[in-house]
Amino acid sequence: MPTVKFTSNLKRFYPNLTPLKVEGETVAEALDQVELNHSGLKDYIVDENGVLRKHVNIFIGNNMIKDRQSLADKLSETDEMYIMQALSGG
Amino acid sequence: MAQNILLLGTRKGLITYGKNASGNWEYDNAQFLGIPVTIASYDEVTGTWWALLDHGHWGCKLHRSKDGKNWEELEAPKYPDGEEIKDGIAASTKLLWAFSNGGADRPGTLYVGTEPGGLFKSTDNGDSFELVRGLWDHPSRKGQWFGGGRDHPGIHSILVDPADSDHIFIAVSCAGMFETTDGGLTWNVRNKGLRADYLPDPASEYGQDPHLIDWCKSNTGVMWQQNHCGIFRTEDAGANWEDITDFNGPANFGFAVAAHETDPNVAWVVPGVSDVNRIAVDQSLCVCRTDDGGKTWQDFRNGLPQGTAFDITYRHALALQGEELAFGTTTGNLYHSVDAGETWKSLSSNLPMVHSVEFITV
Repeated sequence: MPTVKFTSNLKRFYPNLTPLKVEGETVAEALDQVELNHSGLKDYIVDENGVLRKHVNIFIGNNMIKDRQSLADKLSETDEMYIMQALSGG
Repeated sequence: MAQNILLLGTRKGLITYGKNASGNWEYDNAQFLGIPVTIASYDEVTGTWWALLDHGHWGCKLHRSKDGKNWEELEAPKYPDGEEIKDGIAASTKLLWAFSNGGADRPGTLYVGTEPGGLFKSTDNGDSFELVRGLWDHPSRKGQWFGGGRDHPGIHSILVDPADSDHIFIAVSCAGMFETTDGGLTWNVRNKGLRADYLPDPASEYGQDPHLIDWCKSNTGVMWQQNHCGIFRTEDAGANWEDITDFNGPANFGFAVAAHETDPNVAWVVPGVSDVNRIAVDQSLCVCRTDDGGKTWQDFRNGLPQGTAFDITYRHALALQGEELAFGTTTGNLYHSVDAGETWKSLSSNLPMVHSVEFITV
């Protein structure tokens, strides 16, 4: 099962957030599993159309995902998926 | 015992000032530290505090509180599947930009205005929201509304008639002012007399850029509009707008306007230079007031920095309560007046950029 890891900045809103093993063959499916475990968290990562928020990045291993629109990038059993914030603002 | 509070939404959190026993305003506390608060508000009908957030990374969020200390995150208004800003551009909530209760006779009814142009209504005090279809489906929206300073059109003003909660005005940058008399089922544009210098036809029915609208609460047919292209006033609830810009003085470009609660001839604005030079006029802060329905304007500077200021006052950052006013600025200044804006006292020069200011009594 792939593992989802989160930027520590999300702990401000979800203090109990820890790496999570999920069912799912794509990033979108993994996020649905995240939502089942942490209600409302998906909304911090994607908008209501499922599009990755502008200043959020998702990596699979060291590679940034390619599909920010529908999050169709594939996950394998051993993948680690990282939800990170992009650098922005001041 | 009732508490008087000055409620600020700022780029770095929700900030409150309280009135002490001597009648002076003092810093109280800050919440949502580091998070941009687009609007902080209080619904006196239900006694609920509201914070509309715009996280840089995590999207727009809506929070409510019964005591102003303990907050609950709610699901922010969302666009239904398949809705589009323009053909081929999916709609999603970009900014929560306007907030109002739905009238004293409808506790728990709320309206939230958003970028990209959708008005949302809740009838359960924010537990759920529905897109107001009558406005979203207005035939002008897709083709004749557009963004001004932001990527997409946004609703920044909502006025619910105290005498009839089905009678509502909203204003959109850029589209103009719209009125419903049937609770939002149908909407009519109210832009006659406005001027959009940036359009091929300045008198265009749509595409006008109100920055904020306000009205005289005891005479709601009298409305005021700080517009991108000047200042306008109507005596017939928007059927006809009159240009009351002071072309020889500072009362011209700006964002905020506050209408006197009972005197339909009195209003205040906080001017800037122009749309392409968004700083205080002559690097000097002033507040302009008209006492004669916009025929003449006076500018008041006592207590405000002259020759050294860069401040702009955003549209929701000028507040009025009787003869008492307060405004916050883009450079983190907060000023207060007890004499109808004629003299001012600085409450702080160290705040974050100020987005919204409200006087509340809890």
